[in-house]
Amino acid sequence: MIQAEHLCKNFASVTALADISFSVSEGELFGFIGPDGAGKTTLFRLLATLMRPDSGAATLSGYDVVKDYKQLRLITGYMPGRFSLYHDLTVEENLRFHAAVFGATVEENYELIKDIYSHIEPFKKRLAGRLSGGMKQKLALSCALIHAPTVLLLDEPTTGVDAVSRMEFWQMLKNLQSHGITILVSTPYMDEAGLCDRVALLQDGQILSIDSPARIVARFDKKLWAVQSDDKHMLIERLRSYRPIESVFAFGDSVHITTVNDELDETELVHFLTAQTEEIHITTIKPNIEDCFLRLMRKN
Amino acid sequence: MQQIPVILVRHLVKKFGTFVANDDLTFDVFKGEVFGFLGANGAGKTTAMRILCGLSRPTSGELRVDGLDVHKQAEAIKKRIGYMSQKFSLYKDLTVYENMRLFGGIYGLSLHDLKSRIDQLLGQLDLRKQRDTLIADLPLGWQQKLAFSVAILHHPSIVFLDEPTAGVDPFTRRQFWELIYKAAYEGITVFVTTHYMDEAEYCDRVSIMSEGKIVALDKPAALKKHYGVGSMNEVFLRIARSEEEADSR
Repeated sequence: MIQAEHLCKNFASVTALADISFSVSEGELFGFIGPDGAGKTTLFRLLATLMRPDSGAATLSGYDVVKDYKQLRLITGYMPGRFSLYHDLTVEENLRFHAAVFGATVEENYELIKDIYSHIEPFKKRLAGRLSGGMKQKLALSCALIHAPTVLLLDEPTTGVDAVSRMEFWQMLKNLQSHGITILVSTPYMDEAGLCDRVALLQDGQILSIDSPARIVARFDKKLWAVQSDDKHMLIERLRSYRPIESVFAFGDSVHITTVNDELDETELVHFLTAQTEEIHITTIKPNIEDCFLRLMRKN
Repeated sequence: MQQIPVILVRHLVKKFGTFVANDDLTFDVFKGEVFGFLGANGAGKTTAMRILCGLSRPTSGELRVDGLDVHKQAEAIKKRIGYMSQKFSLYKDLTVYENMRLFGGIYGLSLHDLKSRIDQLLGQLDLRKQRDTLIADLPLGWQQKLAFSVAILHHPSIVFLDEPTAGVDPFTRRQFWELIYKAAYEGITVFVTTHYMDEAEYCDRVSIMSEGKIVALDKPAALKKHYGVGSMNEVFLRIARSEEEADSR
């Protein structure tokens, strides 16, 4: 459905995308996971035909992003990272405007947006600029969908959105996927990777890894331990000074560590640490996507 | 930890017209604590934070920040606190050194103090070589760490951080939190908002706001135990759901 080959894009001396290649199957929910500055927005703008690549090529449903941009736009729904609807139009006016631009009507495609739009329909006479963050997000998604596109390009739809609204939003995406829509979504939140069929981990304009979340985790090539103690500041400092240690990263209420030779004498480590801190718990654990991302960043 | 309240809030109410943004908030934040201030979008976090920083006046309630009365001594409070927001932190078209001088000057440091403090910070952050580099030319992660250091340049009692790590890569995010731990270890109280629920676990205590009220306030471990769940993310979802159910009744 989506094919990208060797996409490159530079802005003056900054390389935004350095040789990006990937393919997405029809009906897939595909995630680009990476921090600010990784190149997510540039990539989405290239795919949405708002910008041309310096080199390389990409097609959506067979349409080339440079040559066939007019046809391509008809089948694509794009939700930019920044809220880009008209602040001085009402909710309903924004929706009707987007439908009209694509030669569609709200009525003919209402079924597709019903789940999402029904949350904000009670406020349809309100100016879009006066909506809360979560409602703006739902309106932007409704507008991106109103011409019944076959591909959705969603650039950081959940950034700055609270944990509950984020979960609701992903549920909506799953529902849209069941309508057969191919969805490309980007996010800086590593924990959202698990909600995608496949993900590409993006850093400094390069893909670090591309696969299903389960397979990325399975490829983690080190043993991993979680260490818990009350005083995290001292715990981290002490762990760093323990010779066999390779990496030390805080993760929620524990600290994840790897060792140089994949071995750990737990009794010895507890002894080493208890000089400073009180109670220590050490357990072996399975990595998550963020562990993998940190490991891949280190290798790069 | 010594239980000295650095922030004391009793029955804080803030109304905008008929809308109640903060509805009777009462809580303390202790010296050297990392206090997580969580809540859904629109729950009233920013409003409360602006009041504590002396940027907005409460409608009613008793509030003390570092012993000073928010009603009468708002200007004095501004000198005792540091503030870092997600959107605006440093001037991108000034150099590292120029930003430090500017903010140090605004916070009222003498030129002599400022020089030694800047030298100390540049050393700590390993930024001596970048002293005359424009902020715009620094990697994003460095900008964030520098912004935090500038916010505590004047050794404030409390530093307020409004979503300081949004969009930051996982490696830099952890380095950033290590700076927070270090500041807390040195006695600076840290008041932080975030949408990363794993970061909520890093806090000594967290409060969770919903519709203008504080609906939970405790140590992360105690909250997880109370709700019988394994992570702060689940705590957050539980609370949000029970609020929704209460709403629909």
